[in-house]
This record gives sequence, C-alpha cells and structure tokens, in this order.
Amino acid sequence: MSAEARRGAERQAPAAAELPDDLWRNPEPKGSYDAVVVGAGGHGLATAYYLAKNHGITNTAVLERGWLAGGNMARNTTIIRSNYLWDESAAIYEHALQLWEGLADELGVDVLFSQRGVLQRVRESTRRVQANRLNGIDAEWLTPEEVREACPILDISASTRYPVLGATFQPRAGIAKHDYVAWAYARAADRLGVDLVQNCEVTGFLRDGDRVAGVRTTRGDIRAGLVGMAAAGRSSVLADTVGLRLPVQSHPLQALVSELLEPVHPTVVMSNAVHVYVSQAHKGELVMGAGVDQYNGYGQRGSVHVIEHQLAAALELFPVFARARVLRTWGGVVDVTPDASPVVGLTPFENLYVNCGWGTGGFKATPAAGWVFAHTMATGAPHELNLPFTLERFTTGALIDEHGAAAVAH
Amino acid sequence: MLLITCPWCGDRDEPEFSYGGQAHVPYPADPEALDDEEWARYLFFRDNPAGPYAERWVHTAGCRRWFNAVRDTRTNRFTAFYPAGAPRPVDGGGAS
Repeated sequence: MSAEARRGAERQAPAAAELPDDLWRNPEPKGSYDAVVVGAGGHGLATAYYLAKNHGITNTAVLERGWLAGGNMARNTTIIRSNYLWDESAAIYEHALQLWEGLADELGVDVLFSQRGVLQRVRESTRRVQANRLNGIDAEWLTPEEVREACPILDISASTRYPVLGATFQPRAGIAKHDYVAWAYARAADRLGVDLVQNCEVTGFLRDGDRVAGVRTTRGDIRAGLVGMAAAGRSSVLADTVGLRLPVQSHPLQALVSELLEPVHPTVVMSNAVHVYVSQAHKGELVMGAGVDQYNGYGQRGSVHVIEHQLAAALELFPVFARARVLRTWGGVVDVTPDASPVVGLTPFENLYVNCGWGTGGFKATPAAGWVFAHTMATGAPHELNLPFTLERFTTGALIDEHGAAAVAH
Repeated sequence: MLLITCPWCGDRDEPEFSYGGQAHVPYPADPEALDDEEWARYLFFRDNPAGPYAERWVHTAGCRRWFNAVRDTRTNRFTAFYPAGAPRPVDGGGAS
C-alpha cells in the first residue's frame, strides 16, 4: 500500500471502533497513597504509568481538578518531532520520539501515530540540520523543489513576501491522536492499579516541616510518600500554596481547525518566517497554531488578532486555503520558562517533585516527560535526560535556550 | 482582543501595545551584594497569579510610553491604568 493510500485508509477508519470499551475505573480517592501525581493530562498519566511499569510503584493516584486530559492535552496541535538545536533538548525529545515509535505496542491501543514528517522553514536551518545529525537525529535539508515534492500545495514561487529558500525535514516526525494517547496511558495505568480521580482539585499540601506529606483536595486530605506536580499552566497557582516560586509565566496559546477537507496536506509544515504551523488531522480538518498571546492569562482564550495573524501566514504558505473555512478556535494555558525549556526535577521540599515549563511543546514530550519524571520521583534523583532541566539551572546560569531553534514555537 | 487605556492616548486596541510582564520589580538596590540565588530570583522569577496582576505595557504603535495596569488574569478585566513610577492604586488593584 502506498503512503498516500495508507493515509487515506487511516482517515476512513472509524475512530471509535479502535478504542476498547473498558477504559478505566472511577474510584473514590483513598486516604493515603505511596505516590500522588497532580494533573491527569498526558504528562501526569504517563508519569503514573511509568511509576508502575518501570519502578513497581502501583499504589498511586492521579488527581485531576477537571476531567481527564481536558486541559492542554485536548487543546494542542499534536506535532511530534525531536529536531531541537541543543544536545540536552535533542536527547530528551529523541527519547520521546523513540517511545512514540513503540507506544501502540507498549500500551495495546493504536494512538494513530503517523510519521508523515515535519517540514520547517527556520532561521539558521542548515546549522540546525548539522547539529541534529551530530546527535543522531534524522534531519535533512530540502531545496525549494524538494519542498514542493514533500508538500505540493506549498507556494514556493518567488513572488511571495518571504520566498521559500529551503526547509529542514525530519521524516520520523509526525502527529498522533491526542485523546487516544491520553486514554491509552490512562487505561494502561488503571490496569496496573493506579487510581485516576477526576473532579478532585488539589488546593494545597500537607507539610511536615520542609517535607511534603500529602495534598489537600476538594475531596479531602490525601497522604502520600511522593508528590509529583504535572499541572502545566496552573503550576504556579499550585506551587504558590506551598510557597514555592517557579520560573514560569502562564500564557494563552490558541489553535484552530478548518472544516473537514479531502486529503490535501501530506506532512506537517511549520514556519517562523510567517508564523504558523499546519497539519491535516486524520479526520480531514486542517489543524493550525502559532505563538502564545503576549500577556499572562488563565482564561483558556486569547485575542482574535492572533488568530487573524496566523491565518494570514497560512494563506501566504498555502494559497489554496483561501477557500477553507474556520470551524473552531480555542485556547489553552501554557507555562513558559525564560529559556523555553522545561523544568523537571526536585524542589526545595522533600518528597515534592515538579514537572512544568514545557510551554508550547509538551505534547511531543509526553512519553519522555513521564519516563524521566517517574524516574526522578521513584529514585529521588533526576534521570540523566532531565538532569540539565532541573530548577538549579536558573541559579547556575546553565540555561538551555531553545527560543531560536524551536521554530515557531514548539 | 483587549481594549487598553493608555494614560496619555486613551482607549486603543491591543495590537498597538507590547507587554512588559510584572510591574513594580525594582532593580536590586545593592547589586554587588547579591549572591547567585538572589540574582536568579531577580532575573528569572516573576509572580504568575490567577487573579489581579499589576503589569507593564508600552504603547508601541502610539506614544511609545510605558505605563502600568492592573488586570485580572482569569477574566482579562482591567481595574486600573496608571503611569510608570506611580504606586499601584489601592482601590483599583484588587477587585475582580
């Protein structure tokens, strides 16, 4: 079957039929657990799964203030790639990509991971290709003609304001079905004994001096040997309750989809020259996003001129989209660090661990974030992959500046 | 889109403005006395509340002057606009 035919078949597959009927229990929270993970998004669920699978810690609860995977996990544009500039970033995102490649087998659910490649128009492109190759990552430099072969609807003519001079391409990159990813991790964690508790907001922490001994929730106090925060945009609000300050700012990040269209867009295209990223989901809608709204905000919505700007960028790249219509726009709240790299590690409080600051790029990291955060919680020390990403880097000055290399956003 | 009241120019649409983050963060009075941890706090750590927030804006496409505002980060409702250097208004600073 050709790649195109396979993509067509993927799109026609009835989505619901691929999901098991039984997903997870909805248990009442117990009074005590070995480990509590705050936040049932992708990262929290993956963390609970790897705590059980890799470290044998199964007496775990994942506590969620809303519904499972209803935050940024439900609001992102599902792009997966590992072609980051710096060694530290390439290592952790490539670990994620390798886990993505085996995820359906690992979890027993098809998460529709589609390695259709990601094509990026970025500054310093050839430099990044070389850096990626040195790190063993499949990076290629495409000429404008090769760009058109990879994505025929891209306008590579010289008449555009920012002509396409070439692009980087990572063939192993792609997209996945975000809901299936969350539900697959949730189901697998549940099978291993993890309690997934929704509508249970963590409002504070139980303290014993500088030791955290559990959490206060809207459904009562819960004692825990280990507490891991995986609260994304609400990390600061959560950490404030214990007097912990985090180097993150919460911003709205918007995305949109078009109405359903025939397959026209075979890959993923990102451009920071005109600022948009675009793919076509399995069902057929064009999925687009851009950068964050400039101000801090917790409202899960942003300003309309940001949408207008990204649609103008999309039209410059893809004139054929002029006749597509926007079906829906939405916003999430992303926690952005000063160096556009995440924070995963210990805190000044014993038994309290933090995973935050993934900003606009958390989805692609889901398996690796869970993997290294579980390791950090279970062993009390960072995994080698998140050792460069602990809170200490802001004091030592060893920042991992991914602003320039992360293309549009992540 | 936010409607922002520049203290000098009046009501203008958000695209005329650029954001400057948390207001009232003074440069360290005695910089040489700071250790690495204190420098980190000054450079990289800012408040990030879900609620009223005193923040800086600059009217980039207008008078190009900086000013401060108090905005609720949950609702985007502004409760105060005031010149840079002025203290945060007591009566406009907390209501949401």
